[in-house]
Amino acid sequence: MIETIIYSLLVATAIGLAAGYLGSIMVLEKMALVGDALSHVALPGLAIGILFNFNPFFGAFIFLFASAIIIWHIQRVTKLSFDTIVGSTFTLALAIGVLLVPTPDLLEALFGDISKIEAFDAVLAITVSIIAIVLTRFIYKKIVLSLISEELAVSTGVSIAWTNLLYLLLVSLVVAIGIRITGTLLVGYLVVTPAAAAKTISSNLYRYMTLSSIFGAVSAFSGVLLSNYFTLPPGPLVVLSGIAIFGVVLVLRWSKIITNV
Amino acid sequence: MVDTKTDNDYILKVTDLNVVLQNQTIIDNISFEVKRGTSLAIIGPNGAGKTVLLKTLFNLIPYTGKIEWSDNLKIGYVPQALTAQGIPISVREFLSLKNRSKANDALESVGLDSKSILDKLLGVLSGGQLRRVLIAWAIIDKPDILLLDEPTAGVDIDSEEAIYEMLKRFTNANHITLILISHNIHIVREFSDYILALNKCIIFFGKSQEIMNPELQRKIYGEAHICIYEPVVSI
Repeated sequence: MIETIIYSLLVATAIGLAAGYLGSIMVLEKMALVGDALSHVALPGLAIGILFNFNPFFGAFIFLFASAIIIWHIQRVTKLSFDTIVGSTFTLALAIGVLLVPTPDLLEALFGDISKIEAFDAVLAITVSIIAIVLTRFIYKKIVLSLISEELAVSTGVSIAWTNLLYLLLVSLVVAIGIRITGTLLVGYLVVTPAAAAKTISSNLYRYMTLSSIFGAVSAFSGVLLSNYFTLPPGPLVVLSGIAIFGVVLVLRWSKIITNV
Repeated sequence: MVDTKTDNDYILKVTDLNVVLQNQTIIDNISFEVKRGTSLAIIGPNGAGKTVLLKTLFNLIPYTGKIEWSDNLKIGYVPQALTAQGIPISVREFLSLKNRSKANDALESVGLDSKSILDKLLGVLSGGQLRRVLIAWAIIDKPDILLLDEPTAGVDIDSEEAIYEMLKRFTNANHITLILISHNIHIVREFSDYILALNKCIIFFGKSQEIMNPELQRKIYGEAHICIYEPVVSI
């Protein structure tokens, strides 16, 4: 029992850290809806994992990867924004997923369940989080430069298309593991809200990405801690913890107790 | 295709360049050459294809024809617009994306006090400060050629002259080739050696003093122009 709680807190911290870090780019890219919609895509993958009795994480992972590549390709061809593409396409996946997932498992898939986590899951989630953070660090500056000006990025040799693809694949990875904590309905929050709170008070990029990661880790950790204490699904509690952080940041900002850090 | 082999005297050779976007001809069969160490101003009315030409030189836009840069070029570029609002990036971090160690020197070169500006957010700079920071970005690693797309857009007249004076000093001192887009014909005459007047095709290519000729100004800005094929123009 204690082991499971420790695993779940470690996993939550690692995933929260990664989600906050990757999410800081997502908020700058105005791709907030992408994380949300991608999480919906995971549901049919989870369903197939449950129906055919293999680890649902891998089912979600495959669906997310395929979807990320499809989004990336459509964006390249149509030049539509990522939000427009996913907003108009992937809500369908949620509908299909809800129909496919067996009813007893639906609540767990939608809102997360970290109570049955084992050592393998913990190692997998922490490893994936570290990989996602390290790889994102390599492309972070390139993405920021391409957001400021695509021409400037290209003039310094950045391949915007390939950088975007790698980023989307890394987001898929983090969403796939984040689903364990928050469920498919709420994982989009884990990627966006910490970054939104950090952006409100950051005076430079380094502090922004650092604060976003910290807020992500703290909200995931405290949400899972409360979940273990009250025996409630972790997803909604992680969201509430994050919103509480966002609320505190806003109040401090409005009352001018903090301006920019 | 973008190539990187030209005669030593020339830094850029463009041959039979055509750009068609959404079935509209934007650049119509133009050819020109740019000599190393000179400055060339691209002028023309709105919608003439000036920015498209500059972006095409970077391979940012699909085209047919040939663009040949000389070997091992370092290119500094200043875009017409950028999205700094909403991105919490400081001037120091922005310049560090290109060269971490020379941010101070680059800012001093463009007449900015590095101490007071390095930690400001890019999005809160005034128009003039932002243009200067962009020029600092372009020159930070001593490029061989500078491509400037309206480098003083939104800047008051005094600051505009000061920026061009600084650019002239810097490019002359470092033997840097300059290609710039500008709408200001006085600036063009003062600060460039040659002009390329564009309105889909090349209307005029020659010494920049010629721009004060009213007949030529009418031809560039005032009359409908029919593009006919012209051979390579060089300086």
